Amino acid sequence: MEASARAEPALGGEGRGLRERAREHPAAAAFGVVALIVLALIAAKGLHDVAQASLNGLTLGTIYALGAVGLTLVYGILRLVNFAHGDFLAFGAYIAFLVNVTWDLPLAAAIVLAMVATAALGLLSERLMWAPMRKKGAGFLQLLLMSIGLAFVIRSVIQWFWGTEIRTLDVNVVDSVSFLGLRIGQTELMVIVVGIVVLAAVAAVVRFTMLGKRMRALSDDIALAEVAGIDTRRVILYTWLFAGALAGLAGTLAGALTNLRPEFGFELLLPLFAAVILGGIGNPFGALIAGLVLGVVIELSTLVVEPRWKVTFGFVALIIALIVRPQGIFGKAKGV
Amino acid sequence: MTEALPLAVSFEAFTDVGFWFGVLVTAGIYTLVALGLQLNVGYTGIVNFGQAGFMAVGGYTMAILVLEAGVSFWLALPIAVLVTMLFGVLIGLPSLRLRADYFAIVTLAMAEVVRLTAQNAQGLTGGNKGLYCNFEGVSQTCFDDAWRSVSSSILDFVEGFWPEVDPLFPLLLVIWVTIGVAIVALEYIQRTPWGRVLRAVREDEDAASALGKNALLYKLQSLAISAMLGAFSGFFLALFLTTIQPDDYEPIVTFYAFGVLILGGLASYKGVAVGAILLWTLLEGMRFVELPISEERTAALRFALVGLVLILLMAFRPQGIFGKKEEMVLGR
Repeated sequence: MEASARAEPALGGEGRGLRERAREHPAAAAFGVVALIVLALIAAKGLHDVAQASLNGLTLGTIYALGAVGLTLVYGILRLVNFAHGDFLAFGAYIAFLVNVTWDLPLAAAIVLAMVATAALGLLSERLMWAPMRKKGAGFLQLLLMSIGLAFVIRSVIQWFWGTEIRTLDVNVVDSVSFLGLRIGQTELMVIVVGIVVLAAVAAVVRFTMLGKRMRALSDDIALAEVAGIDTRRVILYTWLFAGALAGLAGTLAGALTNLRPEFGFELLLPLFAAVILGGIGNPFGALIAGLVLGVVIELSTLVVEPRWKVTFGFVALIIALIVRPQGIFGKAKGV
Repeated sequence: MTEALPLAVSFEAFTDVGFWFGVLVTAGIYTLVALGLQLNVGYTGIVNFGQAGFMAVGGYTMAILVLEAGVSFWLALPIAVLVTMLFGVLIGLPSLRLRADYFAIVTLAMAEVVRLTAQNAQGLTGGNKGLYCNFEGVSQTCFDDAWRSVSSSILDFVEGFWPEVDPLFPLLLVIWVTIGVAIVALEYIQRTPWGRVLRAVREDEDAASALGKNALLYKLQSLAISAMLGAFSGFFLALFLTTIQPDDYEPIVTFYAFGVLILGGLASYKGVAVGAILLWTLLEGMRFVELPISEERTAALRFALVGLVLILLMAFRPQGIFGKKEEMVLGR
């Protein structure tokens, strides 16, 4: 956001190399590169295919964005690399399965209850693990390993109650909607609509409310925020509420799109980290946009390589992005 | 399973020699994985989450060389070790400059790229079916043919004075001899000036650099040695399972190895071996606790056990059993 605003007063491109300018306006440069790739793909594969793949990518990207916003808030504010976040998603999805299939209630109720339950799980983990550990002054690796332990525990709970067989939510996977010659399944459309509405609401909260401002302050410097009179404990609780609820939603939507297995949360974790890092750690807007872009780019890759390679493609993109620009597209270079 | 006794524990299992062979082979493989982590995390302060990837590169390179290129098994091993070390250096060169948390995520992503490549490059790796033997008419070549003949001659020799010895014995022997050599070598290099620089890099990279030590170079060497140990454990895992499949190299292997590392304690090589034996005795022993629950739930309990071990150790004894508190990198 900030970067593109600064991009406006063109710095008179004569004396400066393209590389240098790209480095100063990474967001603009990144979008430039993506736009070029899209144009090249349109030229090679035709507008229809590219648009269809982008639409599929938007569905995937919505899930990445929802998951990544919570992950980045926790990462930025609590300095916690939460490897259990993927399993938060899976937990939400299984709660939705309980409500939607076992109790036979509508999907909307399942989504709400999944969000509530996963938010409660986040708060519980804060209360039992993260708050006491922060008090002890635990370091990053200590918290990271603890989050892996939590991931195992959550997965074991899922496996205990629901077993390892593949489960599906009660959603319409047959009907699809056509417009402008593009086709999209009803479930996919639901995912995009729900996801975009929630993401817009989250963006509004983070951008315009006092709570959002406080969160960003904590993400910048927690000690400074405390000195400035912010009730950090309260903000941290809200952070977990946000992260948990969004993870529950993301997990349910991911489950609605495909199916549920105990390990499917972990499989989503690396793409979520990719979005978090690309967006700049602790930056919810960055994670949101990076998640959407990542989803689209991964689906676009299926136009060039076989679909079975698309996950690999996403991880390779993460590694390259980390090495070329570890602070992310929107991040500032400090201590990477 | 008897229905009358819902919570019977049969301790017979622990007196069964076959049980201990299984535990010690698995624990040995994890010891080798975690020794590399000890060098990286405990002594150099680099948080490597890619050990499973190095195992896969080592195992697959060896099997592909034997099966596709017709290289002899004994030549394939050192080549595969070198390839894995080179791979480690290639991964480390750009990523070791990053902050610890980024490095952790890059290495995890690297391991997943390796696994997914193995899954998808079916022509070379056999995809999900994995690699074991090549059939040509009636004759077949398997990647472990050479090992099998060695293994059976060791067995023949041992059976002279230990009849009905477990067929896993030769593998067990080779694994633990390797571990012994590795621990002695690692403890030795830790006492050399080289080892002291590693610790200096762990404690304060800037200070080490200010004294003219090339911190990146030392970290690269540490990662390369760790990759070598990863390759060894990859070989042994392949020989133990008699197949190489992508599923055997999931990130969970690295996470279990971290459990072993933390249980044994940071900055102690012998602790790693003890941690591995302890963890796998617990995990395998759970099979014999006859709970009135399904197989799936027993598997779930194993997850819960490893998870709780990690959580409780981190909370109450982050230095593990043998770790030295003053040498912990966790606190930072």
